Amino acid sequence: MGFHYELRFAGVGGQGSLTAGTILAHAAVFHTNYYATQVPTYTSQVRGGAAKADIIISDTPIVFAESTNVDFFLATHQKAYNAYKGDLKSSADVLVDSGLVTVPAEDKNLYKIYEYPLVKVAKYEIGNVVTMNILAVGICVGLTHVLDVNAVRETVKEEVPQRFLDMNMKAFDMGLEIGEKFKKEG
Amino acid sequence: MGRIAFLNANAAVAEAALVAGLGFYAGYPITPSSEVPERLSKIMPEKGLPFMMMEDEIASINACVGATSSGVKAMTCTSGPGFSLKQEALGMACMLEVPLVVVNVMRGGPSTGLPTRPSQQDVMQARWGTHGDHPIIALSPCNAQEAIFETIRAFNLAEKFRQPVVLLTDGSLSHLHTKVYIPDPEEVEIVDRTQPDIDPDNYYPYDYNYEVPPLAKWWADDGKSYRYHLSSLIHDKTGFPTVNPKYTQWLLERMYKKISDNLDEILKYEYYKMDDAETCIVAYGSTAEAARVAIDQAREEGVKVGMFRPLTLWPSPEEQIKDIASKVKNVIVAEMNLGQYLLEVERVVGGKVPVYGVNQAAGVLIRPSQIYDKIKNPSKRAEIGLTDEELKRFGGGE
Repeated sequence: MGFHYELRFAGVGGQGSLTAGTILAHAAVFHTNYYATQVPTYTSQVRGGAAKADIIISDTPIVFAESTNVDFFLATHQKAYNAYKGDLKSSADVLVDSGLVTVPAEDKNLYKIYEYPLVKVAKYEIGNVVTMNILAVGICVGLTHVLDVNAVRETVKEEVPQRFLDMNMKAFDMGLEIGEKFKKEG
Repeated sequence: MGRIAFLNANAAVAEAALVAGLGFYAGYPITPSSEVPERLSKIMPEKGLPFMMMEDEIASINACVGATSSGVKAMTCTSGPGFSLKQEALGMACMLEVPLVVVNVMRGGPSTGLPTRPSQQDVMQARWGTHGDHPIIALSPCNAQEAIFETIRAFNLAEKFRQPVVLLTDGSLSHLHTKVYIPDPEEVEIVDRTQPDIDPDNYYPYDYNYEVPPLAKWWADDGKSYRYHLSSLIHDKTGFPTVNPKYTQWLLERMYKKISDNLDEILKYEYYKMDDAETCIVAYGSTAEAARVAIDQAREEGVKVGMFRPLTLWPSPEEQIKDIASKVKNVIVAEMNLGQYLLEVERVVGGKVPVYGVNQAAGVLIRPSQIYDKIKNPSKRAEIGLTDEELKRFGGGE
């Protein structure tokens, strides 16, 4: 098998996990010429229920699109962390919001855990909590380099609402830097 | 040239309907089908096409029956509970013999069941949900790209045979985003209903001289105006009610024959690695993709297994299944229900070879591993492919 990478973005409804997943998949399909799938799972609650998007990026067509071997896991809520950590690869990269998710000690031995106050930084440093998901996409790309940085940056530009464009680009670039830093520190 | 897009199967169905020439949509939103009307509600008004958000499921399909009777291509879209409500009008559409596409994005049932979870529990309802002897066509695509082509095919079959066509997808496929190609209308075959070549004075909507009588548009492009009657009562060639036994029997038999005489055109199916297969998996929709992965895995170990995948579920591909039964040692039907298409396969196989089922109505996709286990050990029950740890995430049950 050639290139095959599975990501899972999990949070609660309203946090933007599904949009973040769509952005990565778009970047893979339209700017990188990979195959990609995005499968959302959510409950009947519009806001507050655990929601996740599984994204598979591959250089061959994807037949069965449920993630069973997750390489990168983003969790922005404790409920989502607990519910969706089941399919992680051993030593998967896990990014959590340090203010909202407490990672159990035993998981710290299983996975590479990166903790960052996503919501706090989005709200107070970038200026709007809605940029949290783009900040997370930035960190994800900076850390994993699963896709070309410019491909993702172009997609963010295309996909976010125009009135929040500057703010989201700032979030993305800030995320990239943090991700690169995480990578260096291992 | 068409265009590449990254869409879920619901949006793909909406785009494909427009390629096929959709002229009228009426619907009532229901999870997990709502992305179909959501997308159409943006595009149709821009194109000057009527999109109607109706007061309920029943009104939706009735509006569509009215619209298609007048001469435009109509579609409505729903999920299990709404499909139940639509059955009466679906029967009327069969009886009036009007072209209509009904999309059913199957979710877990019965009743309101599992709104956000996939199932394939409406396969028998698609066939026999409405009362009385009636023919039906039901199609089941397995991915978003195929959903595009099958939606176009659904419209074409509906137009060609004056027949309601049910497109069955499921709650998982409907939300699976993938890269798809949306063709231009010029790139695909688009069928429009045949128009009469006789004067309005001599036109009958159920003319005895045809297997599929032409259905005249209410307005005619050349200025001729056809006025005629359609009735949901048993009718003669004029469209007015009759109780004459001869014409009653003739009408029902003709409605069946217009389907059974044209199976070559209506049936569509795929053979996957069936050449030397000793075990045949019969699967359709999302489940077929899991079967494909399982078959590839078993093949690597030298197991002679393949898949027969009907894209047309109804009418069922009887001859093809019979032929398979004469060549393989056993048949396994995998589906997200407790054994519905299994009944049809068993009927057609007629006891020639053992028929086993992988039947899961748990609101989760059948996993490749479950089908793989079944290939290895057909008589053993295929358990839900989830560990205790994984089951915890769903909550409840304690």
